[in-house]
Amino acid sequence: MDPVVFLVQCLNAIQYGLLLFLVASGLTLIFGIMGVINLAHGSFYMIGAYMAFALGPWVEQVLGGGFLVTLVVVVLLAVLLGYVLEWVFFSYLYEREHLQQVLMTYALILVFEELRSLLVGDDVHGVPVPAWLSGTIPLGELMTYPVYRLLVSGVCVLVALGLFWVITRTRLGMTIRAGASNREMVQAMGVDIQFLYRVVFAAGVALAALAGAIAAPVSSVYPGMGNQVLIICFVVVVIGGIGSIRGALLAAMLVGFVETFGTVFFPQAAGLLVYVLMAAILLWRPEGLFRSA
Amino acid sequence: MRSSTSFSVLAGLVLLAALALFPLIGSRFGIDLVTKMMILAIFALSLELLVGQTGLVSFGHAAFLGIAAYTVALMTPESEPASIWVVLPAALLFSGGYAFFVGALSLRTRGIYFIMVTLAFAQMAYYVFHDTALGRGSDGIYLYFRPDVSIGDWRLIDLDAGNTFYWFVLASLAFVFVLLSLIVRSRFGRALAGIRVNEQRMRAAGFATYPYKLAAFVVAAMLAGLAGFLSALKDGFVNPELLSWHESGAVLIMIILGGIGSLWGALLGAFAFVLLQEFFQSDPIFGEFARHWQLTLGLSIIACVALMPQGLIGLGRQLGRRVSLRRRLRHA
Repeated sequence: MDPVVFLVQCLNAIQYGLLLFLVASGLTLIFGIMGVINLAHGSFYMIGAYMAFALGPWVEQVLGGGFLVTLVVVVLLAVLLGYVLEWVFFSYLYEREHLQQVLMTYALILVFEELRSLLVGDDVHGVPVPAWLSGTIPLGELMTYPVYRLLVSGVCVLVALGLFWVITRTRLGMTIRAGASNREMVQAMGVDIQFLYRVVFAAGVALAALAGAIAAPVSSVYPGMGNQVLIICFVVVVIGGIGSIRGALLAAMLVGFVETFGTVFFPQAAGLLVYVLMAAILLWRPEGLFRSA
Repeated sequence: MRSSTSFSVLAGLVLLAALALFPLIGSRFGIDLVTKMMILAIFALSLELLVGQTGLVSFGHAAFLGIAAYTVALMTPESEPASIWVVLPAALLFSGGYAFFVGALSLRTRGIYFIMVTLAFAQMAYYVFHDTALGRGSDGIYLYFRPDVSIGDWRLIDLDAGNTFYWFVLASLAFVFVLLSLIVRSRFGRALAGIRVNEQRMRAAGFATYPYKLAAFVVAAMLAGLAGFLSALKDGFVNPELLSWHESGAVLIMIILGGIGSLWGALLGAFAFVLLQEFFQSDPIFGEFARHWQLTLGLSIIACVALMPQGLIGLGRQLGRRVSLRRRLRHA
């Protein structure tokens, strides 16, 4: 393989892996701490992308801001959405069987999908890349690489670093880690677990929405985009070990590389490879790469 | 206990009679709908053996349905029907065989990891039919002839004639329900229940739990295979969507909706899910809004979760408790 082509594929794999990490990190936190198998997590990704599409022009007109302001608005709205959702739909479900929560999140997928259809319609929409990011960087003699994709990777890396800082260095992060390894004990130590749940859920929704919003100019927005990302993110979470941010990062990169290079080398079996990888890893380590507890 | 058993038998017989007589009054559309409901009920019942009875939540159950359906489609020649004595056992055998392989490996994991490994193996099967020459891509394969049911030259039944296929599906459903009822009451079924409640204790009591779980996994897969076999016959074609995670998810939703832990719950859940879907999709009732049936379906599922913690089957129990509570309050 030509080294430049190889480099481009590597960049693509990293960018894809980092995006997966953003979505999967929220999923792994929500599962690790709240014990909720959140099937609706893909919908939050979809909501983020559609918000970037629908709010972009509005932000430009009313607030006079560009793409970055749109991202901030999307994240703020997503935090609000997550906070309210946890409060209205999940706060009374913790004492029930886990499968009841699965049913609830499944219903939310249907509701969000239809609300999207009612509000925005069923067409595929492109989201323009902001002008100051629309250039390309020459690689070698023939290839170029779009600046925007580099920015996506950059934003993801920043968010990942911030997340690691919060989780490992702050008091909130400490409670979150403690909650992931032993929920009852944290409660017994006097932590307001209800509030912790709400924060974690809101953060998870915000991360997924942010991922959707920055991915929108690359992938465009289309119906069902959330479901596609959902299953692959579950794969990431499980390979990484539930509740482990570090594991999610490693697994996301692994999946990113396997999918990207799988599509190049074995187009026939590209879809299959990720699942073979997951099955192999789980048979080797039945609790994922990094089990937090 | 005994009175509830005899009530169950009575309810079962009434339902059986009602379903058996339905084609005499139902329209073509209605008969098709009920056939679909009954096939999904077999599928849901097969998963209930795993989820509700053994406590193994499988998120890849559609693979076994799909493999059986593809087996029938691939084994039926384009110009003549195959014999049911060949295709039906083959379909069940392939489903069971894959389940033996998947179960043997995935039962090493637990909880959410088990859910995800079963999903992974189902996705592998999905991509095999979707991406390789064997399954002929996303368009799937047509099945031109329903299998021939005859012994020697004597034609037992003709699955294409009138409502024969409907009754054939009904008989299959009754068979599966009775079989599972017997399994649940058997020593094997009791062992599965023990594993669900406390696997460690079962092991301490001297049960090798792994073979029990594997056996349950294979039996459930073969019953799902029966549903797949019937579904291929009903639609006349198969495509990879039969194996997709949406199918695995939908059947899980059906049994949760109906109420985990009871065969009646699985049956009720499957019927209710299909009927709700059909109801919210109907133009005469919802007019223009029928296009957005997922919204109304989603909202009604949310209402079910909020109001019925034990699923549809628990509703009676819930109401009963409320009545007795009120009576007690009045006396106090």
